Amino acid sequence: MPFTLPPLPYSTNALAANGMCQETLELHHGKHHNAYVTALNGLIESKGLAGKSLEQICAEAGKSGAEGLPVLNQAGQHYNHILFWQVMQPGGGGDDLPGALKAKIDSDLGGLAKFKEDFKQAGVTQFGSGWAWLVIGNDGKLKVTKTPNGANPLSTGEGQPILGVDVWEHAYYLDFRNVRPNYLQNFLDKLVNWEVVADLLQKGGMKSGQSA
Amino acid sequence: MTLLHRRALFGAAAGAASLWAAPRATLAQTPPPAGPFRLPDLPYAFDANEAAIDARTMEIHWRFHHGGQVNGLNAALRDQPQLAAMPLDQLLMKLNEVPESIRTAVRNNGGGNANHTMFWQIMGGRGGEPTGELAQAIAQDFGDFATFRTRFTAAANGVFGSGWAFVTVTPAGRLGIVTKPGQDTPLMDGQRVLIGNDVWEHAYYLRYQNRRGEYTANWWNVLDWSRIAARYAAAKAGTLGV
Repeated sequence: MPFTLPPLPYSTNALAANGMCQETLELHHGKHHNAYVTALNGLIESKGLAGKSLEQICAEAGKSGAEGLPVLNQAGQHYNHILFWQVMQPGGGGDDLPGALKAKIDSDLGGLAKFKEDFKQAGVTQFGSGWAWLVIGNDGKLKVTKTPNGANPLSTGEGQPILGVDVWEHAYYLDFRNVRPNYLQNFLDKLVNWEVVADLLQKGGMKSGQSA
Repeated sequence: MTLLHRRALFGAAAGAASLWAAPRATLAQTPPPAGPFRLPDLPYAFDANEAAIDARTMEIHWRFHHGGQVNGLNAALRDQPQLAAMPLDQLLMKLNEVPESIRTAVRNNGGGNANHTMFWQIMGGRGGEPTGELAQAIAQDFGDFATFRTRFTAAANGVFGSGWAFVTVTPAGRLGIVTKPGQDTPLMDGQRVLIGNDVWEHAYYLRYQNRRGEYTANWWNVLDWSRIAARYAAAKAGTLGV
């Protein structure tokens, strides 16, 4: 199968002390993410995706509007989760950011405190299922955005995401129930891998390395 | 206001309350407007739908998710006495007349209030099949009950992300199946709702996790067809609200 479920960069119980329990990670990675990979592989032939990169598929599906949704739902969610696993780590979060990332957030987003508020607000106000993002915009500046369901900044053409948080209820319901704001606060305080985010900033975005 | 209601309002208003024991700080916060919309009492105990939905999910779903939407709707309409005085179904049918600054809040919270109010009402039963006029309508529009159930379940399973599957009913009694994202409702298209199933993950995640198909299959076992028949009769009589 061309698309594959990447292994988690930590064990399924690694984030349990930081607000993401083992059952959540087992289900989220092993069931939800895996189902998107399986469904996407099932679309390669019928949708003519062979030879295209995951990033290209997301961008093209995003331009196709409602017609592109069946592909975007699966391809977007595959890309989104690949990024999501990378940008978390045990004992992450906090305010100790690598210098270049901190400077960029200061200059483009009005400082770390304001960025965190805006990022949380994006996540809280994404009604229903979706994602909140920190994106390198097409003008080279950082910005905070949100997208519904499986969409992402590649499919909307907004730029390259370097941090994403999943606000589908499956991402937080076992740990936080209906209280999404606490999940987002916990993500920023205890889970974000700022080193990876800084690395993605320096590289200009994430390359999934996956193609059909 | 019952103690149950008061706890629901405060808990949902805080948004950050721990589930089973709201911290003191939560209770000290200013409550949202007490009306005009209110969280309706559940017409049965939390465990009445155990054949499909566990009691804990029922309580969280009703108290916090639905309760939060009632509060959100009241907050959005705080300075809109004319809109706040409208019946909810009328308000949702005239969303384009709601000021743009609060339209999304009314759409999401008002839609959620209408959808959940209907959802609680049609459950609490033992499943089975409808009889009489409604059974005839299903046979006319879908062939037979099994086909109807299969088509509705497929529609519910096919909703990507958060949303609902509905059966709509015309004043002439004709039935249709539609899905909506978020908390949208066919009322927003001027259509009446006979029944609907909530496929937001919060509706089933604690018991079924990623297995939505098991939830949507079991859901049929708790429908109350006598209540649904009453909704059908009301739709034909022009008296069905949300």
